[in-house]
Amino acid sequence: MTDSPRDALILGGNRIPFARSGGPYAGISNQDLLTAALDGLVARYGLQGAKLGEVSGGAVLKLAGDLNLTRESALGAPLDPRTPAIDLSKACATGLETVLHSSNRIRLGQIDSAIAAGVDSASDSPIEVTPRLRRTLHRAFAAKTPVQRLKALAAIRPADLAPVPPRNGEPRTGLSMGEHMALTAAAWGITREDQDALALASHQKLAAAYSSGFLDDLVTGYRGLGRDQNLRADSTMEKLAGLKPVFGVSSPQVPEPTMTAGNSTPLSDGASAVLLGSADWAAEQGYTPLARVVDARTAAVDFVHGDEGLLMAPAYAVPELLDANGLSLQDLDFYEIHEAFASTVLATLAAWESPQFARERLGRAEPLGAIDRDRLNVLGSSLAAGHPFAATGGRIVATLAKHLHAEAVRTGRTQRGLISVCAAAGQGTVALLESVA
Amino acid sequence: MTDAYTRFVRSAPGKAIAKRTGLPRPARLPRRADRPGTVLGPAVVLGHGEGAEQITRHLLGHGADVRRRVEELRKVGTVVLVLDEIAAPAELSATLLPLAGAMRSLAPGARVVAVSRPATGEDPARDAARGGVEGFVRSLAHEMRAGGTANGLQVADGVGLDAPAVLGALDFLLSARSAFVTGQFLTVSRDAGTAPADPARPMAGRTALVTGAARGIGAAIARTLAADGARLVLLDVPAAGTELARLANELRATPVQLDVTAADAGDRLVAFLRERHLVLDSVVLNAGITRDKMFANMTPERWDPVIAVNITSQITLMDTLLAAQQQDGDVLGEQPRVVSLASTSGIAGNTGQTNYAASKAGVMAFVDALAGRLEPLGGTANAVAPGFIETEMTAKIPPLRREIARRVSSLQQGGLPVDVAEAIGFLASDPAGGIQGRTLRVCGQNIVGR
Repeated sequence: MTDSPRDALILGGNRIPFARSGGPYAGISNQDLLTAALDGLVARYGLQGAKLGEVSGGAVLKLAGDLNLTRESALGAPLDPRTPAIDLSKACATGLETVLHSSNRIRLGQIDSAIAAGVDSASDSPIEVTPRLRRTLHRAFAAKTPVQRLKALAAIRPADLAPVPPRNGEPRTGLSMGEHMALTAAAWGITREDQDALALASHQKLAAAYSSGFLDDLVTGYRGLGRDQNLRADSTMEKLAGLKPVFGVSSPQVPEPTMTAGNSTPLSDGASAVLLGSADWAAEQGYTPLARVVDARTAAVDFVHGDEGLLMAPAYAVPELLDANGLSLQDLDFYEIHEAFASTVLATLAAWESPQFARERLGRAEPLGAIDRDRLNVLGSSLAAGHPFAATGGRIVATLAKHLHAEAVRTGRTQRGLISVCAAAGQGTVALLESVA
Repeated sequence: MTDAYTRFVRSAPGKAIAKRTGLPRPARLPRRADRPGTVLGPAVVLGHGEGAEQITRHLLGHGADVRRRVEELRKVGTVVLVLDEIAAPAELSATLLPLAGAMRSLAPGARVVAVSRPATGEDPARDAARGGVEGFVRSLAHEMRAGGTANGLQVADGVGLDAPAVLGALDFLLSARSAFVTGQFLTVSRDAGTAPADPARPMAGRTALVTGAARGIGAAIARTLAADGARLVLLDVPAAGTELARLANELRATPVQLDVTAADAGDRLVAFLRERHLVLDSVVLNAGITRDKMFANMTPERWDPVIAVNITSQITLMDTLLAAQQQDGDVLGEQPRVVSLASTSGIAGNTGQTNYAASKAGVMAFVDALAGRLEPLGGTANAVAPGFIETEMTAKIPPLRREIARRVSSLQQGGLPVDVAEAIGFLASDPAGGIQGRTLRVCGQNIVGR
């Protein structure tokens, strides 16, 4: 949108290294992880005691008691306790949505500064009681006499006592995200080699980003972890090729399963935070703005009835975003397509290159076309870093904003970057960033 | 931070048993928070001449009750023995012996400081007297009771006792900041350094870098320097990033995540300092690790990292900072103070610590040479050698060995991280400019080594 009242600027970010589920952050709560990410951000930007416009945050796997997760985390960080906070949730797009929420508030003049954050711990995900046990216990609590209470409790059966772990699948299809993706990958004919090559590139680029020092002011070590635990700098095509497929192995629609633990993201723990502000606020504080949030779109697909693949919503949201801003896909300088699975990225790119998809799905005469693959996920993405669901958006936004700024300084040209994040339940959120040099 | 044994002997039955059996009874050491003032009164200045007058005037300037004789005092807090003019050993007694009668009147946490001059090799009789002061002070330190300390100040010929470097060092030794320093000598070799504008905040206006700052002694150094008014740049490895960030938030400091052993660590630090327009007045080289093993079982995996972190990183970091300073003059302040962490293991050696002792003995020789390179810039380099300090690291020593290590010092207890931090704070401050290439032990006069 060009008639925005004012810019929302990305000023920097911070995250803790992402850990594998059950790794060094096992037993650490979402609140502790998010507080750690905020602590690092406050330290880096000297925000001690600062009263910000708002802290927005969220988690996908959220305990019932964490209803004010973001507010509680912000209270634990050395910010002014009068800084308001809000919790948001949209599966894996949560982190990007908090950035968009905060940038919209800034653009509308409602606030001048914000932190947009996200956190997830697969190690500390909620385990619930069965609905029958819950209802029985509520009846017992509501009982007026001990006899009534005993009667209510007597209704409990052994089967009611089994704990209910978080559901690992789409409620409406019963399929896990990986199984859904395996169907989409097969439909688009995404090869094992292409997926492994994308995964390998992700590891190599993230490793290079660490060793060049690019991530020095984006990541703050936590609990003995200095880098993302999942990162395998020495991975090879041979090692990746040796892994057994784990998704689509028993599906008749998948003749040749291709998705392995190497080209799919692992369950992860981590947190990220992005610092945003208006131009005036940034200048007052002496911060160098990195990029502005230009625009965003969301889309959803009907995966329930098999009309479209579960994770394909961004393939629809991106053309809408480009049209609204008068851009072609090739006008963009850098692309950040969240690597939920290597095949997600490849299927999305394939859809954009397909004349049939353009015609039948997007209602466009021409496909969006191919992108320069050297400009895709240039600093590594989720396959290497890991993917603590709600923390991924903040990781991508801060990394891309810093990169756009650096490239703009280097080339003397404004740099545009696209962020595309797929989410459970057939949703997607995409955003356009532009460098501020 | 009081250990179990000390808690026991401070209980009524414990006290009785220890008294009967002659077990060590470590005293409570007053620290800065317990005794904020510089001089514990009443103070007595013994000795004659211009130097004694100058020191008397200085103590009076602190508002202390200052006497020139001990006789009529029932309690003595501070004794300064001024021996700068002695010419032969026979002259020692005139100044020293009056203290003998006052030893039983010394207050808990009392301070005795002998001010003398170092032997020069020019006059045998005078050198003998000057050398004699060392033996006297080191023995007296063993005889001090109730947390009292005895230390010496050696002032080079030609430097007046009213020089800021002398008075700054004297104030450090008289104050509670030197609680765990006893039986030691500080040498002022030149009239350099300035008195701080605000004695309560001696680091005000100075920017200090502390490496290995995230925890333990490093964190104590950071807190002490911050309390002294310094602006801080805190450095530690990325894996300790959030601990470092939290300390930085507490102290409003600037955190830098950097592995000091990385090939480009110095360049990255210089780039960071320039980007943030930070100019270092003090550099505290604290980052250190242990990988203890008997030498018969020593491997490169245990030897190399200790040398790399504890000494090589210091050499390359200072080389890079000095090169950057030489080129653009924008990373070091006008009177840079470098303070490095040595260890009593580096002085006396320690079983299982051949690697560690090599690195720490290296540190002591390194600061001596570095002081020469910093002199043209108006700077100095010195080291602090901690003895047994109560830290996470020493908590892992097997109980019996740990208990012995605690008691084999004149103060019969382990020191606290803040004791090391206070010594570093002094050596990192303006008045320490006259102290060059020295290593100050903070060890409660541990029996090992000199």
